[in-house]
Amino acid sequence: MSLRCAVITFPGSNCDRDMAVALEAVSGTPAIRVWHGDATLPERLDFIALPGGFSYGDYLRCGAIASRSPVMRAVIEAAGRGVPVLGVCNGFQVLTESGLLPGALMRNAGITFVCRNARLVVENDSSLFTSAYAKGQHVSIPVAHHDGNYFADDATLDRLEGDGRIAFRYAETINGSVRDIAGILNEKGNVLGMMPHPERAIDLAHGGTDGRALFESALNALASA
Amino acid sequence: MKIRVHVSLKNGVLDPQGRAIHHALEGLGFSGVNDVRAGRLFELDVDDSVSDDALDDMCRKLLANMVIENYRIEKVAA
Repeated sequence: MSLRCAVITFPGSNCDRDMAVALEAVSGTPAIRVWHGDATLPERLDFIALPGGFSYGDYLRCGAIASRSPVMRAVIEAAGRGVPVLGVCNGFQVLTESGLLPGALMRNAGITFVCRNARLVVENDSSLFTSAYAKGQHVSIPVAHHDGNYFADDATLDRLEGDGRIAFRYAETINGSVRDIAGILNEKGNVLGMMPHPERAIDLAHGGTDGRALFESALNALASA
Repeated sequence: MKIRVHVSLKNGVLDPQGRAIHHALEGLGFSGVNDVRAGRLFELDVDDSVSDDALDDMCRKLLANMVIENYRIEKVAA
């Protein structure tokens, strides 16, 4: 069965092609490209990806304008129906701004843009997106962001921890994120937001392939469903 | 009607930008500055028919991120 994966492009997205390449590399089927101004999504989508970049030039707040674009209403509705949604970097910011994920992503604590390989610890190995990893496993995945400093109030953080909704943590301090959070899941587990870029680590030519298991987790599960 | 919306970080939310500005002020030789918090000011020109509720809604839905920010609406005499 061929999966129908969509990549949403906002004005200023710059990792949309990388995301499409990663999805095709793992699923074997070209991803459908969707423009932010579309009010509807293609039918029968199996997977939606919100890519990295600097949508709307990061005006107002990172991801704030994109999260109010027409297509996001359709993405929110699809997520509510259980369609898996992956947001990476700016895509994570769009997910928090849209309310699909709790918390907010603020300016890095060190003020500077951080662009490097980050060592992550897999915290949840039972979600749709992380089942091909092992809990406690260390992986190396690139980060490239200025606003990846995750913040949420203590009650929200405790709930995330208690429900196993922290997917990845940084193994070292990268950006000041509270409790070293690098990626979180929504309550139902079908929405994952993360600052590191798994789509930039799926081929040996990238210098690492630790991101590939994320796509394999989700797409293999969906293909066999 | 001229409206000013002041958006500021909630207490307890760390403000790396405010801290950097604070350090820069100290670097310029200004003493006695205890803390700096950076915020944002929006100036809106709206019809008189726009209700207070609608202004409130604008702040909550877009101008401020209620997870980390507070807002204050100020009506400016024309």
